Amino acid sequence: MTFSDYPSKLLENAVNEFASLPGIGKKTAFRLVMHLLRQDVSDVERFGDNIIKLKKEVKYCRFCFNISDTDICEICSDRTRDHATVCIVENIRDVIAIENTGQYRGVYHVLGGVISPMDGIGPSDLNIDQLEKKVKAGNINEIIFALSTTMEGDTTNYYIYRRLLAYELKITSLSRGVAIGDELEYTDEITLGRSIVNRTPFETGNK
Amino acid sequence: MYLSRLNLSNFKNYSEIDINFSPRINCFVGDNGVGKTNILDAIHYLSLTKSYFVSIDSVNVKHGEEFFIIKGSFGNSAEDEEIMCGLQKGKRKVFKRNGKEYTRISDHIGRYPVVMVSPADSSIISDGSEERRKFMNNVISQFNRAYLNNIIAYNKALKQRNRLLKDYAAEGKFDRQMLELWEDRMLDPAMKIYESRAAFVEHIVPLFQEYYDHISDQREKVSLEYRSQLSKSSMKELFDKNIDKDRVMRYTTSGIHRDDLKLKMNNFNIKDIGSQGQQKSYLVALKLAKFDYIRDMGGILPVLLMDDVFDKFDEMRVAQIIKLVSEKRFGQIFVTDTHRERMQAVLSRINIDYSLFLIDEGVTEIMHNGKKPD
Repeated sequence: MTFSDYPSKLLENAVNEFASLPGIGKKTAFRLVMHLLRQDVSDVERFGDNIIKLKKEVKYCRFCFNISDTDICEICSDRTRDHATVCIVENIRDVIAIENTGQYRGVYHVLGGVISPMDGIGPSDLNIDQLEKKVKAGNINEIIFALSTTMEGDTTNYYIYRRLLAYELKITSLSRGVAIGDELEYTDEITLGRSIVNRTPFETGNK
Repeated sequence: MYLSRLNLSNFKNYSEIDINFSPRINCFVGDNGVGKTNILDAIHYLSLTKSYFVSIDSVNVKHGEEFFIIKGSFGNSAEDEEIMCGLQKGKRKVFKRNGKEYTRISDHIGRYPVVMVSPADSSIISDGSEERRKFMNNVISQFNRAYLNNIIAYNKALKQRNRLLKDYAAEGKFDRQMLELWEDRMLDPAMKIYESRAAFVEHIVPLFQEYYDHISDQREKVSLEYRSQLSKSSMKELFDKNIDKDRVMRYTTSGIHRDDLKLKMNNFNIKDIGSQGQQKSYLVALKLAKFDYIRDMGGILPVLLMDDVFDKFDEMRVAQIIKLVSEKRFGQIFVTDTHRERMQAVLSRINIDYSLFLIDEGVTEIMHNGKKPD
């Protein structure tokens, strides 16, 4: 049987929906659909409801634009965190990654992407105005750039940096260098070169 | 160091061959389409981990087969180094040195440099400036890793800037500051690429002229010149000066992506006035200059691959080139030709170690230093 030729239109529609998801091909989509067909109706209903509910009811935190069930997300409503330190990230995945380190007690600002004309994303498509508004209000001491180290990420950092220059503010970015457990021999030249230039005092980071 | 032995399985037209080479000159003679060039391409693989002619590895698998293997031994007896390149269709290429697989295949590049002289080089003269920039990029990046990174960074930012120009034109708006955001990313790479290219051309020009004079008996005067808008203005100045033009054209009209090499003979473009033989001499001289550059920069004598170079040359010029490359400053050489008698005659007049191979239903050594091999 070829995949363009299903015995049922219903089946074909379902497979096409799954195959439209990132990373899912027709074969995997078909397998997922067949799996759902074998489930009880109630299970499939719950599955569908949850997806619809997610899309309809999802909220973005008023302060940091992270995905949240409430108006203000858990991190932003946590009084024990340092609200004067704001970490700029691309999306919620980066929030989760940094939270998992257990090393950060500040709050976040989720941009929702990076500037890339090729992908049709300009500054107005990102939560940059809102960031500037926050800074303007004056309760922020430090901004930490934690965007991807791609050209688009760097360019976005640079753009925001220029917009925030007028304010009294400490602006930092994640340090870049040799990954822990890496052998120097296999580290690329740019990273290694940068690590040499931006070396850190032994006392602070390496004990 | 030289390639002492080559073993091919299912590579292009060969099912299985095993050849031992001379440390100096190796000639392959045979009719068209018997696979002379394929042997040179296999050697190219062992050096630069890819084909000279096609970018997709799997097309080099023999028709109807599932994999190819290229094995080469470099050096003499005791310290032989075995290089292996294998490809199974649908899997990634495997590259090994002395049985140990490379983590990054690109780490191998530079270990056994080669320079290929091929009829396909004519695109350097006949095609657009992109071919000539490619020629420069390809040589310089072998010795300057930062160069390649700068090219990649520059091109990426260039694409974004071009996209903005296009979008602004379509939407009828304009924001110079957003363009500057990408321009700033290009300034430093552009300067470094310019400097590297200028230094490269300066290095090869005298070599190139000497080789051309040698091949042509000084009949014409040739020159090679690097042209870049960055020789007069900085990248920043170029952006500022041409912004209106860029807006109209909807792309970036100036920068190192417009660089070119001016290839001239008696002060005219060789493309316009050079005969086929002259153009070919020009390209051979250019490639030999590249050979010298690679030797000077890397400190290793490259292997020279000359594919069908003598096609449009008279016997005098063939003898001249063979004599030239048999000099001490060259190392191991592989030559293909369709003209068995001519090759045999030219080789019999030089006084260094050589092997002549006939390719028809396989590869046979028919001559070694003037004698039939035992």
